[in-house]
Amino acid sequence: MSERTLALAHQFEDLGQQHEAGSLGMWVFLVTEIMFFGGLFAAYTIYRALYLQAFEVGSHHLDVRFGALNTAVLITSSLTMALAVHAAQTGNRRQLITCLILTMLLGALFIAIKLIFEWGYDYREHLVPGINFVFEGKVTPHVELFFLFYFFMTGMHALHMLIGLGIMTYLVLQARRGRFTPEYYSPVEVSGLYWHFVDIVWIFLFPLLYLIGGRY
Amino acid sequence: MWQGFPIYPDQASTIAQGVDHLHFFLTGITLFFTAIIFTTIFYFAVKYRRRSEDEKPPLILGSLPLELAWTLIPLALTVIVFVWSSSLYFRNARPPAASMEIFVVGKQWMWVIQHPEGPREINELHVPVGRPVKLTMTSQDVIHDFYIPAFRVKRDVLPGRYSSIWFQATKTGQYHLFCAQYCGAMHAAMGGWVYVMTPADYEQWLSGGAKGESMAAAGNRLFGQYGCVSCHIADGTGRGPVLQGVFGHPVKLQDGRTVVADEAYVRESILNPGAKIVAGYSPIMPTFQGQISEEQVLQLIAYIKSLGTEERKPAKP
Amino acid sequence: MSHSQVQGETSPRVHYLNTSYGIKSWLLTTDHKRIALLYLASITLMFFVGGFFAVLIRLHLIEPQGALLEPETYNKMFTMHGIIMIFFFLIPSIPAVLGNFLVPLMIGARDLAFPRINLLSWYIYVVGSVFTLVAIVTGGVDTGWTFYAPYSSVYSSTHVIVTALGVFITGFSSILTGLNFVVTIHKMRAPGMTWFRLPLFVWAMYATSMIQILGTPVLAITIVLLGLERLLHVGIFTPALGGDPLLFQHMFWFYSHPAVYIMILPGMGVESELVTCFSKKRIFGYGFVAFSSVAIAVLSFLVWGHHMFVSGQSVYAGLIFSVLSFLVAIPSAIKVFNWTATMYKGSISYQAPMLYAMGFIGLFTMGGLTGLFLASLATDVHLNSTYFIVAHFHYIMVGSAVMAYLGGIHFWWPKMTGRLYPDGWARFAALIIFVGFNLTFFPQFLLGYLGMPRRYAFYPPEFQVLNVMSSAGASILAVGYAIPLVYLIWSMRYGPIADSNPWGAKGLEWETPSPPPTENFEVTPVVTEEAYNYPTQEVAVV
Repeated sequence: MSERTLALAHQFEDLGQQHEAGSLGMWVFLVTEIMFFGGLFAAYTIYRALYLQAFEVGSHHLDVRFGALNTAVLITSSLTMALAVHAAQTGNRRQLITCLILTMLLGALFIAIKLIFEWGYDYREHLVPGINFVFEGKVTPHVELFFLFYFFMTGMHALHMLIGLGIMTYLVLQARRGRFTPEYYSPVEVSGLYWHFVDIVWIFLFPLLYLIGGRY
Repeated sequence: MWQGFPIYPDQASTIAQGVDHLHFFLTGITLFFTAIIFTTIFYFAVKYRRRSEDEKPPLILGSLPLELAWTLIPLALTVIVFVWSSSLYFRNARPPAASMEIFVVGKQWMWVIQHPEGPREINELHVPVGRPVKLTMTSQDVIHDFYIPAFRVKRDVLPGRYSSIWFQATKTGQYHLFCAQYCGAMHAAMGGWVYVMTPADYEQWLSGGAKGESMAAAGNRLFGQYGCVSCHIADGTGRGPVLQGVFGHPVKLQDGRTVVADEAYVRESILNPGAKIVAGYSPIMPTFQGQISEEQVLQLIAYIKSLGTEERKPAKP
Repeated sequence: MSHSQVQGETSPRVHYLNTSYGIKSWLLTTDHKRIALLYLASITLMFFVGGFFAVLIRLHLIEPQGALLEPETYNKMFTMHGIIMIFFFLIPSIPAVLGNFLVPLMIGARDLAFPRINLLSWYIYVVGSVFTLVAIVTGGVDTGWTFYAPYSSVYSSTHVIVTALGVFITGFSSILTGLNFVVTIHKMRAPGMTWFRLPLFVWAMYATSMIQILGTPVLAITIVLLGLERLLHVGIFTPALGGDPLLFQHMFWFYSHPAVYIMILPGMGVESELVTCFSKKRIFGYGFVAFSSVAIAVLSFLVWGHHMFVSGQSVYAGLIFSVLSFLVAIPSAIKVFNWTATMYKGSISYQAPMLYAMGFIGLFTMGGLTGLFLASLATDVHLNSTYFIVAHFHYIMVGSAVMAYLGGIHFWWPKMTGRLYPDGWARFAALIIFVGFNLTFFPQFLLGYLGMPRRYAFYPPEFQVLNVMSSAGASILAVGYAIPLVYLIWSMRYGPIADSNPWGAKGLEWETPSPPPTENFEVTPVVTEEAYNYPTQEVAVV
């Protein structure tokens, strides 16, 4: 089944059907992810409305510069991913591998910035709920709530990015073996969909978390 | 209904009969449609039983008139029930203005009931017949639920906030009180009795027995004990707002909002004072979270209510 | 009843069961039919585990003070009964067993769109079950299947996190099953199999999959937040730490209400298949039944607040949820009438599947109508959290969903195993189940209106008579469930061989041998007729 041209799984009639099924499958999966993050965003939004003051205080402890930098990094990685898909579509193996690796590097950069400059800083400042959270001030329980949501939402997002990096590693290995052709590149395409989704989640996260409280 | 085999509890409140009538109507609908379906199925099963292996039924695809009928008739029925039920519910939602108030704190696994005049009961609630009673309730720990089947009233009792129900008992007697929200090991034990008495007997019960202080007096005592009196001074010279006449009236806050000083507001002001600062005052009040129990909060609220509900301009320089 | 030893079938034929042997060929299979049987084995096991807790509950409740258990233990019993029956039996049951087996066959495909994801979903189910069973065996959990905060996150001292983890993991099994079905139904129908020629079972699976896909992720996030609160002692839902307990309820019920439609819609799909086959007739009102499935799925997401009428949400929210809850009843009513009308002038036979089908209609009517009492605000105030609720949902989940499941298992048993079961015993068991079920749960409607709250380890003595009646019924019901276990297993070895269509039913699954070959069809079928195109008299009526 891993031959260059014989990529058709037995349950499908033809490659076209297989491709469509794969795409639809990924879209359906992304819908479940929207509901997953959506539930989380809804809870966050409700608490933000209830405790705006405390959430503003919490939000001001986040560094907008790193958040903005990471946003730029991710958007660029979506560009490189789109280029990778295009390369696969046109059979350009060299460009495909290059763009995949670039995407991975940008993704890794995102995680590194987050880990070192944001979460590391938060840990040193005693802002991690459940681990070392200490906060002086009148609105403490709700500030802790903000940080809980901050870490959980960005953590969930980072987890999805790590999974994306894993997927791209697999794609790079498969691409090097010549697995993808203009007739069969569906795994690259659906992985691109997934990566764009992860990007879009961040585009929601950034304003929700970093930009409340009149910072802009 | 039948002696010894009741199918509904005592009708002991003003709303019980109304709820029962709706219930019986719904029961009637249920039995009616169940009977129709059961008998129709049974009838078809017998009449159209297969008599030979080659028999062929007629081709019947459907019938728009029938579909419309059995869509619109159930729809009409549900609209009728919705309107009936919602108007009952709405009518029962707000307590009459002249309700007497009783305060309830639920905790694992008992109900503590405080009458404003002073008497305190555990798992028992004495009320007079024929007077509307409003219960203001909160929980000390997990979610409980205050349920009196004979009155057809039920409400979840939550930690961190007040919920309330009201009823007017119509029959003297003794009725079950249950906790109806699972709350841990002894959830089933968290109940007792509601005693509905004639007004005379109720007055006697109130004044008899161990005469404790009224809730407002207890609140007054706590007001001094916890140092509230040092900042909340009646002539307006204190660091905190004047509390005379404040209950039930709008309060202007520092951030521009205006809120009504109700039970929830007073409770929050004691346990989380930083949440709403009165305009013109500094956020210096300490929190009493963890130091004052929910019962004591209710006593303090009773005291503040007793400071009058007529608006008086504070004489702050 | 027709079964025949087809000449020429006595020589060993290769089909999906005997095409390969050995445990690896089963545990690493990607054949949807084998995966369906893997699910069948696991959920049957979980059914009897959940049933064991039910037996203990009903035995304990014979006496007002509790006959058997300490209150703490009793509280664990009803919790674990609920968790296992809902998440590990009912939700997977028809979709993962019958759906997995039949959807590709019914649409003329060789397998589902993603066979390996199908196998993965079974493994995820098994891992989730293991977590939950471990939690049970090492001390259990006592929060009620609804896990309300702050009891479950702060006050309970039982294995909440492990159990919640088990449920969380199993949720992904449900999501992946739904995903697989949606893509398969959209993309892999055989030539000529248009949407409106699909068997209604497929429509039901499609609607169910919608709910699984959209709803389960919200449960997942709710469980994670609850677990975080318990683990890290932070206040997401606990007021003392700054949280809101009602938010938990909203998030929880946003999934858990649609979840109950995950449990009943597949049963409705089975019902359509059974009532048409055993009346030998087209379904009455195909379009109405199909669209009702979709309407139920959509409306199911809009009614969750009816679980919270007394919990502290506003009166106006209550009104909105009440009216929507009444609306969601209408498509179900439409279906009941259409199934009944299908029997009109049919050619009706009473094999066990049809007995289950007829019982389903009646019991679903009762269970569904008692839902109106709960959609109605004024009565729900009195009935919420009482045994009326318990009776209502058991009429739907046991009286309807489980009976549809059993009816379906019996109907497709010859197709899945190539064997026939003894129909006399099957009919007997169906009757015992019907009688036992009603005896168990009807008294609980009365108990509820009289005011007996649910989740009570002991109760006032005046409720004893009805409780004893209920427990007596439960003993009959238990016998009824045990009987099919025996003869179905027996039939796998000793039952008469079935031909490809022992019931004379319409549907692509009956046009391939019993059991089917691994690839389902020798040649991809081409569909030229409508669903349930049973032979009719020449003259068309209506």
